[in-house]
Amino acid sequence: MNGKQDKARSTETISTGSEWTFDLIQKYDDAIAEIARDYGLDTYPNQIEIISAEQMMDAYSSVGMPVGYNHWSFGKQFLHTAKSYKRGQMGLAYEIVINSNPCIAYLMEENSIMMQALVIAHACYGHNSFFKGNYLFKTWTDASAIIDYLVFAKNYVSKCEARHGIEEVEKLLDSCHALMNYGVDRYKRPSPISAEEEVHRQEEREYHLQQQVNDLWRTIPDLGGEAQAREKIRFPTEPQENLLYFFEKNAPLLEPWQREIVRIVRKIAQYFYPQRQTQVMNEGWATFWHYTLLNTMYDRGLVDEGFIMEFLTSHTAVVYQPPFDSQWYSGINPYALGFSMFQDIRRICEKPTEEDRAWFPEFAGSDWLETLNFAMRNFKDESFILQYLSPKVIRDMKLFAIRDDDREDHYEVSGIHDEQGYRYVREQLSKQYNLSMREPNIQIWDVDLRGDRSLHLRYIPQDRVPLNEETDEVLKHIHRLWGFDVHLSAVDGDETVAEYHCPPRPENETTDT
Amino acid sequence: MGITHIVDRRLNGKNKSTVNRERFLRRYRKHIKKAVSDAVGERSITDMDRGESIGIPTKDISEPVFRQGQGGVKEMVHPGNKEFATGDALPRPPSGGQGQGAGQGDASDSGEGIDEFVFQISQDEFLDFMFEDLELPNLVKKQLKEADSFKYARAGYANEGTPAKINIVRSLRGAYARRLALSGKTRENIKAREQELARLEQHPEEHSAQIHSLKEELARLEKRLKNIPWIDEFDLKYNQYLKQPNPSTSAVMFCLMDVSGSMSQMHKDIAKRFYILLYLFLKRNYQKIEVVFIRHHTSAKEVNEEEFFYSRETGGTIVSSALKLMDEIMRERYPTADWNIYAAQASDGDNWNDDSPLCNQLLKEKILPYVQYYSYIEITPHEHQMLWHELEKLKEPFSDNFAMQQITEASEIYPVFRELFQRRATA
Repeated sequence: MNGKQDKARSTETISTGSEWTFDLIQKYDDAIAEIARDYGLDTYPNQIEIISAEQMMDAYSSVGMPVGYNHWSFGKQFLHTAKSYKRGQMGLAYEIVINSNPCIAYLMEENSIMMQALVIAHACYGHNSFFKGNYLFKTWTDASAIIDYLVFAKNYVSKCEARHGIEEVEKLLDSCHALMNYGVDRYKRPSPISAEEEVHRQEEREYHLQQQVNDLWRTIPDLGGEAQAREKIRFPTEPQENLLYFFEKNAPLLEPWQREIVRIVRKIAQYFYPQRQTQVMNEGWATFWHYTLLNTMYDRGLVDEGFIMEFLTSHTAVVYQPPFDSQWYSGINPYALGFSMFQDIRRICEKPTEEDRAWFPEFAGSDWLETLNFAMRNFKDESFILQYLSPKVIRDMKLFAIRDDDREDHYEVSGIHDEQGYRYVREQLSKQYNLSMREPNIQIWDVDLRGDRSLHLRYIPQDRVPLNEETDEVLKHIHRLWGFDVHLSAVDGDETVAEYHCPPRPENETTDT
Repeated sequence: MGITHIVDRRLNGKNKSTVNRERFLRRYRKHIKKAVSDAVGERSITDMDRGESIGIPTKDISEPVFRQGQGGVKEMVHPGNKEFATGDALPRPPSGGQGQGAGQGDASDSGEGIDEFVFQISQDEFLDFMFEDLELPNLVKKQLKEADSFKYARAGYANEGTPAKINIVRSLRGAYARRLALSGKTRENIKAREQELARLEQHPEEHSAQIHSLKEELARLEKRLKNIPWIDEFDLKYNQYLKQPNPSTSAVMFCLMDVSGSMSQMHKDIAKRFYILLYLFLKRNYQKIEVVFIRHHTSAKEVNEEEFFYSRETGGTIVSSALKLMDEIMRERYPTADWNIYAAQASDGDNWNDDSPLCNQLLKEKILPYVQYYSYIEITPHEHQMLWHELEKLKEPFSDNFAMQQITEASEIYPVFRELFQRRATA
């Protein structure tokens, strides 16, 4: 424990009993902050907000945005949450934490003081330090600006509703939401979000955007003659994966306010992009730290046996992984996997076995705090699993891979927790968390600039996996944004395996791409 | 420390989601209306005052996104292996089964695997959707939803109020008490001085100076006594009134319906809404309501609600049988001194022609003079028959408490009640 246990055991615990008070929360936070500092956790300042269960449901249904524009889908989410909560099917999350500076964490008033301490350790020091340290969050989000930006977005949307009607705005938002996962440049660093700047430049932008679009399309009609026939100008010159960005800049018929709303949805998608890629790491990290911080409190005599027993009960429930054949199984529990992995990294540093030295020569036996920090800062789920998932965790969780090939009439077990299987299972699990494997790879391929202005999209299937039946519905949304015909071809190698059109084409008509 | 800031947000508004919720309801109003309409069919007419759980097919409210479908090669890692070894072949579960493929990255998708999205609407919303069918004017909707008829009841006295509410006895009693209290000392002094004076005046010559000064003092004291105001603002007491729900009396509602073979379930459903409306109206205005169901074909019978709406009979129709029964029940159990009587009758207009004049007579003599309101609806798209024309004759003499209407769909029910509701609105 790096000598940290040497701190004198306190003779008195911070509290007994389960009721919380503001004073106690302050005391626990002080104690946890001190321990966190001893472990070198680097965090944003915290803002802890005590809220009621109803408010928690509100927070829930706005997908964790403390301020959000209005949309029916959030109402749907709210109704769903409220119903499950009232029926007792679902406990509300104990906490919600927002990647902002200061880092806002919601604590529910129903929680016991032990739960409040757990949540403080988990959210205010675990998640908080992850937000501040992980490279994806550093690259894609600007914690100090997000709240202001959300306020700007909310006001802008409601201004548009007043001017253009709720229905118009709702339709546009529906279409944007359908493409929310396609609003990110995966390889380009985004320009930071800043609300102030947004407001200042927004009007200016409206003008320029429109100007740009007009320029693009102005060339169309009167460039007659032979020149036109000679070569086909490819547009866009490279395939575009950021669909929302493409529509914001190039859709011919959108009005300036519509472009701005596309942009708002895109920016918010971008803000959530790192969270989607670091579920296992983020939850694992926070769980690891609530476990470590509260146990250290116990070691230092700050909390009593009753407290730590109650804590362990909650903790065990959080990291429970039902086996695949259980009725409660719904995939791998990111808390369980992440927690096991961080615990295991610490173990490999502190008490490496032969196997560990063979698998992880670069950090077996190293300083665990440094190693953990490095892992937290420089990876996302996919690479983190590929790098750190050890044979021991695979054995403990009894992980196995199943291969489902639709050309076979049965599943095949393709790897289990044995010598031959470790690497294979690890690779497969890593792939499972790779966003570009999970979400269909769809790109803007071409626009018929000189013809009917139709838009051509291309889907590149992985392992022959087709698009699902919602595809036609999504195309309608794209059609709404683009304003002209939309075509989507699934192209596997050189072969076009499927086509989708909006408006739909009669079955027998053949097409050329 | 000091870098953590703790805020109590519990007093902030909790209904941040209200707008989003309304947007959702608006978007799916068609589904909700249907569910409400179904619920109206299933519920008892005395049971319209609660919310309802509404189900909408998940596919109708899904938000489509690009996703991988079934097919191709998929590989998934699962925990909890017990006996599998590499290379084992497992039978493919029947398509649509869980555990496979579908889990890919979708674990957080809340709607997964549920065919219906179910949620609750409140009592108010339920009534709103129901009233929409009936095309009720807003004022009436409001009346039906809120028990807003109050009476004022005495509730002690207050020190402030309007002149009209001054309680004279109380005010004067207060003033008297104040005068007594404030003048006590002075009166004592006067008494003492008067005694002294009486004593001295037995020998006036010896004490003329003293008598003089005593008299002066007495005059001064009397004046002081007079200066105490007879009534002061402070004394005024006002009657205090509190709003109390106006309940007090009881009402009985008679539901009369023709259940002969010619009345289809559709007719009955319309009739049911007609009764519901009357019931809701009564509920807002009376504390205690009893409902009597009388159904009839050639003979009438008092039944429970279940039987009233859902059992079928065949045969001819004699409407007067029901009116006779109603009259009997009224006389036996609901003396008009204690009960406000309302009646709603639904029929398809069929009746033995000989019977219709009898109905007229019964209503005119035995029923209409004693009831608050009698409404008759004829649910038929066809020509009126004898019964209608007989009843029409009653419209004039009983314009206050008799209404009749021909309807073919639910939205036409309200006009029957229009006067009834208007009277309440202006009352």
